[in-house]
Amino acid sequence: MSAPLDLPKWADTVLVPAISVVAAFLVAGLVVVAIGENPLTATRWLLQGSLGTGEGLGFTLFYMTDFIFVGLAVAVAYHAGLFNIGGEGQATLAGLGIALVLNNLTFLPGFLLIPLGILGAAAFGAAWAAIPGYLQAKRGSHIVITTIMFNWLASVLIVYLLVNVLREPQSMNPETRAFPEQSYIPFMHEVFAAFGIEVPASQLNLTLVLALAAAYCVWLLIYRSRLGYAIRVVGSNPTAAVYAGISPARITVIAMVLSGALAGGLAVNELMGYQHRLLLEFTSGYGFVGIAVALMGRAHPVGIILASLLFGILYQGGAELAFEQPAITRDMVVVIGGIIILFAGALDGLFRRAVAHVLTRQKLARV
Amino acid sequence: MDLGILVTVFDSALRLSIPLLAACLAGLWSERSGVVDIGLEGKMLVAAFAAAAAAYAFGSAWAGLVAGIGASVVFGLIHGFASISQRGNQIVSGVAINMLAAGLTAIVGNAWYAQGGRTPPLEGAQRFGDALLGHSALVYVVLLAVPLTWFVLGRTRFGLRLRAVGENPAAVDTAGISVTGLRYVAVVIGGVLCGIGGTYLSVGQSAGFLTNMTAGKGFIALAALIFAKWRAWPALGACFLFGLLDAIAIRLQGISLPGIGEVPVQAIQALPYLMTVILLAGVIGKAIPPRAAGVPYVKER
Repeated sequence: MSAPLDLPKWADTVLVPAISVVAAFLVAGLVVVAIGENPLTATRWLLQGSLGTGEGLGFTLFYMTDFIFVGLAVAVAYHAGLFNIGGEGQATLAGLGIALVLNNLTFLPGFLLIPLGILGAAAFGAAWAAIPGYLQAKRGSHIVITTIMFNWLASVLIVYLLVNVLREPQSMNPETRAFPEQSYIPFMHEVFAAFGIEVPASQLNLTLVLALAAAYCVWLLIYRSRLGYAIRVVGSNPTAAVYAGISPARITVIAMVLSGALAGGLAVNELMGYQHRLLLEFTSGYGFVGIAVALMGRAHPVGIILASLLFGILYQGGAELAFEQPAITRDMVVVIGGIIILFAGALDGLFRRAVAHVLTRQKLARV
Repeated sequence: MDLGILVTVFDSALRLSIPLLAACLAGLWSERSGVVDIGLEGKMLVAAFAAAAAAYAFGSAWAGLVAGIGASVVFGLIHGFASISQRGNQIVSGVAINMLAAGLTAIVGNAWYAQGGRTPPLEGAQRFGDALLGHSALVYVVLLAVPLTWFVLGRTRFGLRLRAVGENPAAVDTAGISVTGLRYVAVVIGGVLCGIGGTYLSVGQSAGFLTNMTAGKGFIALAALIFAKWRAWPALGACFLFGLLDAIAIRLQGISLPGIGEVPVQAIQALPYLMTVILLAGVIGKAIPPRAAGVPYVKER
């Protein structure tokens, strides 16, 4: 890294990410123009479809739940100086954990089964992240490469299991049988209906509350706990950590375990909250969106919630947009995600330098 | 086993290993100069799309090759700009390249041809036909890149400097040679090789582009690169081995082996990833990357 640029906090946490997002949207707008569509009407459909109706809003918040989990997963590892791009694989394994718990303990009542299912997700996700963490800490293999390999291993493993082992004998689809009904995490519209409030039906379920709680816990952990302090020290200076009596190897494994467990939340929302069975490719590349979310949110839980909302809007609005303007498929969201990762992550210095330049000039002008 | 089957399996192994080899050598050039490249997959994908689109538009496979290389080099330069000039995080940039490529090819393909992201089928001169022994010219171009890479990197002054930039850029800088320049050259060479690999996928091996047709080949190439310990000839071996595994997996589909029973295809598919993890863990041998790989170079002031 070059000499750190001293930006005021508001510029660092709000202005620079905002510029990245605006730049990303401008580039995305150019793509829309390039394929001969009107970016303004596209934006209108996007907002209309994601925020304009109660149902749309429900779906937006459903996707937001996914992104909060994967964003937090990337962020926790990031604070420890680790780049976990294995969210896809960890969430996939978490889905396996859910299926094994729910479909083997069908006799349990819901108030026991739901927490056990969530624990199963966290445990399997954590285990799949712990191995790369351990290999990095003890054997020196690079976490990025191992987590990439573990993503592919997970996808191969789940295909094998769903095709050969877990599939219902009479079913043609590679998916498990439906989970027992008492394990379904209640839909938000059902919860509201119980209180006599009518809200439009959507996939949104109570996992959103879990996601927000997870964000709060991550904030407590990272900024208010001894362990979180150790994680941040290891992330910013492993040598100093050793002098402070912190073991970087231990912290590496712990951070990866937490990261993998958080990635498991994606599986909880998708499978226990909505699909109610384990199926192929339910992670839909969201693990990679988590990287964009974490970078945009500056690895801070509040930033991650906001970034997740933005991506929720993009995913839900993008689906509606693809319906209204078929030329703009949902892949547009992947493009926007890619550009945001590029701008807010890799080209971060570009905007920071520009902002620093403008700010110093203003300061000089005032003197 | 009879000879005919061996020849067919060998043939399809060669076919399957070519895109891996092109991407693997691309990664080799880039990482030997100190720029980590996990965007191999994305560069191959844009190349595959651009090649198929150009081959269809101009009715010539060679036009496809030019377009494929061009698109891949542009993406390589984005990665280069972010990681060399802006000293950004090279992993993050690579992830961005992969997402951009996956999204853009799908959108543009769908907007241009309205066939669910495919390009129209290519035929005749729009494809690379058999040049020699049932393989297209691209196969030999990629195979030729192996000795070329070995020679240029290992036996020329330019190659020595490029490798030095990946190990100790400060020393190269002190000698008055541009670190930035050398790294850009490496990134462009990587772009060209990925471009050839991607073109081979859509215009050589198949007859047109399919959404996400690289299907992880860029990551297997990355695994092969680690397996080959960042060397050209071993890269050929590793890519051929992974291609062979793939060919065997296809061959064994639904066949019951005496004494073993049916081997699950997934078990063979998992081998490249598994072997890489084991190798990286240092259980068998040790794979050590170029020392400055992934570290942006900052001139001391």
